Amino acid sequence: MSGTLIQLTYFIASACFILGLKDLGSPETARRGNFFAAAGMFLAIVGTLVHQDIVSYEWIIIGMIIGSAIGGAMAVFMPMTAMPERIALSHAFGGLAAAFVGISEYYRHGAEMELLKTVPVGFEVIFGALTFTGSLMAFGKLSGYITQVPVTYKFQNQSNISLFGLALALYIAWLFTPGYPILFYIMLGLAFLIGVLMVLPIGGADMPVIICLLNSYAGLAASATGFVLSNNILIIAGALDGASGFILSIMMSKAMNRSFANVLFGAFGSVAETAPGAAAASVGGSVNEGTIDDAVTVLRNAQRVIVVPGYGMAVSQAQHALRELADLLDSDGVTVKYAIHPVAGRMPGHMNVLLAEANVPYDHIFDLEDINEEFSKTDAVIVIGANDVVNPAAKTNPSSPIYGMPVLNVEEARTVIVLKRSMSAGFAGIDNELFVLPNTMMVFGDAKQTVTKMVQALKN
Amino acid sequence: MQAELLFAFYIFMLAAFLGFQVISKVPPLLHTPLMSATNAISGISLVGSLVAAGAHYNPVSTTLGFIAVTAATINVVGGFMITDRMLKMFKKKEGKKS
Repeated sequence: MSGTLIQLTYFIASACFILGLKDLGSPETARRGNFFAAAGMFLAIVGTLVHQDIVSYEWIIIGMIIGSAIGGAMAVFMPMTAMPERIALSHAFGGLAAAFVGISEYYRHGAEMELLKTVPVGFEVIFGALTFTGSLMAFGKLSGYITQVPVTYKFQNQSNISLFGLALALYIAWLFTPGYPILFYIMLGLAFLIGVLMVLPIGGADMPVIICLLNSYAGLAASATGFVLSNNILIIAGALDGASGFILSIMMSKAMNRSFANVLFGAFGSVAETAPGAAAASVGGSVNEGTIDDAVTVLRNAQRVIVVPGYGMAVSQAQHALRELADLLDSDGVTVKYAIHPVAGRMPGHMNVLLAEANVPYDHIFDLEDINEEFSKTDAVIVIGANDVVNPAAKTNPSSPIYGMPVLNVEEARTVIVLKRSMSAGFAGIDNELFVLPNTMMVFGDAKQTVTKMVQALKN
Repeated sequence: MQAELLFAFYIFMLAAFLGFQVISKVPPLLHTPLMSATNAISGISLVGSLVAAGAHYNPVSTTLGFIAVTAATINVVGGFMITDRMLKMFKKKEGKKS
């Protein structure tokens, strides 16, 4: 009887998840969608608590209290700028949970496990473990505990692929001899190691891709758990999560002009390696440096302004000052729009969240393909903390490592105001000829301070 | 047993296709909340860990299950809460303030 009840709650929960995701497709219904999904989850959890195998609740209750306290505190206190870190951390928890459920199942059944169960258990444990350590590495890099510069060494790809091959070989050997736990635990250890090594060569600007990929892995691990436990809702929820991460990583890799194979095998570091020599010679000419007043004069005389934010805006937390600037311009009758490149920031949609936090209405925010035509009709562009996504070399210089990547055509505007800390090259180590174009004005300094000063100057 | 496995694959395939369709309609504007919400949803592995933590199969399974329950609960509770906090901020142009 309790089995039927559980299945019924799972059935309803699955419908809730799908409806919820559908509602997440539009900002008007997104909150309702999230609520649907949460309600489905609540139902599934309550349903599971009557499972016949559960004989005592003390560990469940303690675990749920600790988990709720940590999760709730993180949700309430974490600043929006730390969102990429939080997402990475939650992938780590998801991977860990999946891996541990897998280990627990194997420990319980041992050699008696049938092939129908060992196949998904191995899959679950490998993906769960590498998602755990990989996401912790991503978290470390995003929060600055580990260098954001790609860490590379000789034969890195070869050794990573060999390690993965070894883990796979152990997995297959173990499938045939499930009575040898040693094979299983070495495989597990290797998976933990691979997660670390996989993210080591990833630089800061490639983070959006790796975060999506880890999202997908976490989903696949959860789905494999469903196969192990013969639990349909786990299969469904995992598949939804896996599909979401998969789609996002395809989108991100397209936005960076990387092949999909490149994404699957995680060899992102290579671009940074080839960068310095390839494009260094292409940029010459003098920088046109402007003061705050120069920039404000340009904005005063503008009718149409487009703001292009990048990771630099997140770092200096300039979004609120920016919104103030846009409000002032708006009250003077200037149209202000925002152009967001898909890989601006450290995860998909990063800039949108920050602008939303600063109360920028979302109908002022445009995606690359919707706004790229408009730059030629624009009087002034403010590039704030973005670099590679506005580099014209992606269109003009075939030897550039980012050649072919879709970029925002900011240089077509009458004047481009670039707010930047210094003349240093962007993440990929590529010089940006935008900075020496005659219609570009460079304003150096911390983005937030610069924008705040511009607001004051505009008020006078 | 074979039939059950095949059935599980059916479910996986249909869910993956459905997810693909539904999620490709989500605009880039909402990609971060989407990621955060799918993350919370995949915290459904909680239901697997609940059984491991509460069934007393053996001490190791209980311990692993307990840690898994904690980790998954962090994702579920934190994930849905922070997604809501984020989505609350997405607003259309309101009436002019000044």
